[in-house]
Amino acid sequence: MEQAEFLHTVMPFKDKLFRLAKRLLTSTEEAEDALQEVLLKLWVNKSKITAYRSIEAFAVTATKNYCLDRLRSKQASNLQLVHTNYTDESSSLQAQVEAKDSVSLMHEIVQRLPEQQKMVLQLRDVEHYEFEEIGEMLEMNPASVRVALSRARKTVREELIKKHRYGVG
Amino acid sequence: MELDKIEKYLEKYFEGNSSTAEERILRDYFTNPERDIAPHLREYAVVFRYFSQSRDEISKKEIQLGEQRSKTPIYAWLSAAAVIAIAAGIWFSNYSSSKDREARLAYEETVQALYMIGENLNKGAEGMEYLEEFDQTKSRILRVSELR
Repeated sequence: MEQAEFLHTVMPFKDKLFRLAKRLLTSTEEAEDALQEVLLKLWVNKSKITAYRSIEAFAVTATKNYCLDRLRSKQASNLQLVHTNYTDESSSLQAQVEAKDSVSLMHEIVQRLPEQQKMVLQLRDVEHYEFEEIGEMLEMNPASVRVALSRARKTVREELIKKHRYGVG
Repeated sequence: MELDKIEKYLEKYFEGNSSTAEERILRDYFTNPERDIAPHLREYAVVFRYFSQSRDEISKKEIQLGEQRSKTPIYAWLSAAAVIAIAAGIWFSNYSSSKDREARLAYEETVQALYMIGENLNKGAEGMEYLEEFDQTKSRILRVSELR
């Protein structure tokens, strides 16, 4: 496989990998490093890639493993990431003004979820994968994907209602 | 009724039972600015808005697959530093050996100069032998005068 062909293959889903990495690692720089590492690993092992059923699913799994490893080693060295500021340049100014608080609140809620639920929510509600695909990516069975997803969504709803009722903060 | 449908899909959504097609309908309902969201459902809008905004985030960094990876500039700096250190080491060792040579030269010259001084001193000392002779003679004469 040529480099151009490889890049063409990964281009459609590289941002999904980036977003998953950022969901887990929170920092943009670290997510970019993760993306770079994962794609390089794919490129180095390109001869084996064609044997995998879905390169995309394999790439997501590799990203997940890389990020979880990073988090483990970070925890081991007592480093904690505290990036809770959420910036989004793409939404319109008007929408931003009225939605900024609730969107950053959503971000905080999602970031507090357990890693597995975070990943399931990311892959389903942001990237719109099917349960079977998510199961393959996260090495879970589709039924547990469904359970984790339901838990994550319900937690988000409860937290939102809580904040709504008692006011933000 | 569309609202009934939305409510039903929402319920399925939280149970994890909605299909991707149903979720697309929910997304469209809650994120389309043209839509008028029912008041009791408005608080759910932020959920879908947040997810659709999250999707806009992309990596702006270029992917590098070659050997020259931007992730490891520290190695580049390290190797540059190592090269400089080695070069400096070699230069300094040359420098010090040339200094050594100079020092040895100076040492040899000093030794030679000391030899010269020594030789001259010996010459002087040879001259002194006459003095000893003179001393002996003198003491003999002195003893004679004592006897007188």
